[in-house]
Amino acid sequence: MARQAPKIAVENLAKAFGPKTVLDGVNFNVKAGESLVIIGGSGTGKSVTLKCILGLIRPDSGSIRIDGHEVTRLSTSERERVNRKFGMLFQGAALFDSLKVWENVAFGLIQGRGMKRAKARDIAMTKLAQVGLNAQIGELSPAELSGGMQKRVGLARAIAADPEIIFFDEPTTGLDPIMADVINDLIVATVKRMGATAVSITHDMASARKIADRIAMIHKGKIIWEGAAKDIDSSGNAIVEQFIHGSAHGPIQMDVLRA
Amino acid sequence: MNNPLALVGRAFLGFLAQTGRAAQFAGRAIWHSFTPPFFLRLHLAQIMRIGYYSLPVVGLTAFFTGGALALQIFIGGDRVGAEAIVPRIVVLGITRELGPVIASLMVAGRVAAAIAAEIGTMRVTEQIDALSTLSTNPFKYLIAPRLVAAILTMPVLVLVADIIGIFGGYLVAVTELDFNGAVYLQNTYDFLRTNDVVSGLVKAAVFGFIIALMGCYHGFHSRGGAQGVGTATTNAVVTASILILAANFVMTTLFFR
Ligand SMILES: Nc1ncnc2c1ncn2[C@@H]1O[C@H](COP(=O)(O)OP(=O)(O)OP(=O)(O)O)[C@@H](O)[C@H]1O
Ligand SMILES: [Mg+2]
Repeated sequence: MARQAPKIAVENLAKAFGPKTVLDGVNFNVKAGESLVIIGGSGTGKSVTLKCILGLIRPDSGSIRIDGHEVTRLSTSERERVNRKFGMLFQGAALFDSLKVWENVAFGLIQGRGMKRAKARDIAMTKLAQVGLNAQIGELSPAELSGGMQKRVGLARAIAADPEIIFFDEPTTGLDPIMADVINDLIVATVKRMGATAVSITHDMASARKIADRIAMIHKGKIIWEGAAKDIDSSGNAIVEQFIHGSAHGPIQMDVLRA
Repeated sequence: MNNPLALVGRAFLGFLAQTGRAAQFAGRAIWHSFTPPFFLRLHLAQIMRIGYYSLPVVGLTAFFTGGALALQIFIGGDRVGAEAIVPRIVVLGITRELGPVIASLMVAGRVAAAIAAEIGTMRVTEQIDALSTLSTNPFKYLIAPRLVAAILTMPVLVLVADIIGIFGGYLVAVTELDFNGAVYLQNTYDFLRTNDVVSGLVKAAVFGFIIALMGCYHGFHSRGGAQGVGTATTNAVVTASILILAANFVMTTLFFR
């Protein structure tokens, strides 16, 4: 039997904003049903990588294949069709502030798939319950929620349409440790139950260990280490070592003024 | 480095690039406005916001403009035959020029700014990106309803402005200038031309397009947080106003020469 094409294949992805090179040849594959966690310092291009895959940012060069199909040069309507496979939790939640919370969660079902409002509402309320928010909160507007609650609504919206591929950009940032663990469990359950493929970005190593099958570390525009989640502590890579131990001393030098 | 010619050249090239981008944006906006799917609920909401809620502003400005116009014509003109001249110029001036232009400039201040601020905020908070990931085309969901609503409601607003503007002139003439009301109305009616009114409404539709387009364009391309949204809002109002006056000049030349 021929080997199945990876769900997501990223090859030599490069992107610069003006003179500033952010991605400088990023390579990774994600198999169907696998959960990959990308770690890396702030501003290293993790969010940009996800946005390139989603077609929100046009990469300068490189190839991105979803289910074996090249997606870097798609027309708008083809892009819309491909995006139906995706769910995305944005780092800043990016909720529609003109809509109620439940309408946000149901948005992809109603607008994207033409589902009846009443039915979409039921599904939205179920998803909200899964992230620990009750029906009363569903009737509020996003501006009335705390940052952590907005994050959870964003998560509910990302998984509402049961997408094949889900991207989580810092799903646990801004949550208390207990809720963070609830969300970790939810991500694991979503990936296992729906058989979804997940790519998550996180700085939270506890979360990374819990949700990742594999971990990749991005540094200076490249993936510098990649391996099974259980191998992260024996990576033998000084940069990874420093990052997971959160030490200010090591090969990664922060450009800050030292007193 | 500081060659003034190079500076002018660069500014000019920048202007051309910007115009090209705006034209491309306009093309996409028009295409998506008139091809399905349509979000009818959003269209209706925008018609309320752009049209209905602009009525007070448009009505008030038209009223005072009509009044001032009548007064100026009377002061500047010959007393002999004023009873015929004043209503004639008022009806002509309001329906051909002042009604459409003043109403549109007021709506530009109100609506282009609101659209740019709203869409700009959605851009910088990644809500527009979120729309795309939920398989919803931002042009269809955000821009088409505003464009269509502005094109449809501006002529109605201008029609209202015409009526109120002429009424403002009438009121000033009768109360301040001691004109005979019945004669004024008869003169107004005699000089009212269908073509003048229709040309004003055509202008209004074009101005509505300009207002919504500039609001959407600047909002859509805003970047960099609150300050970026502020700049986008200012630019939307300024460019919409300039384009309205320029387009008005072009259309007047086409229609009345
Ligand atoms: N639209 C944009 N225009 C210009 N520069 C950008 C844009 N988006 C991102 N950048 C730059 O690209 C770099 C990477 O940004 P990105 O958001 O991917 O970082 P990140 O790895 O997600 O960081 P964090 O962990 O803090 O979220 C940053 O230096 C940022 O300034
Ligand atoms: Mg980020």
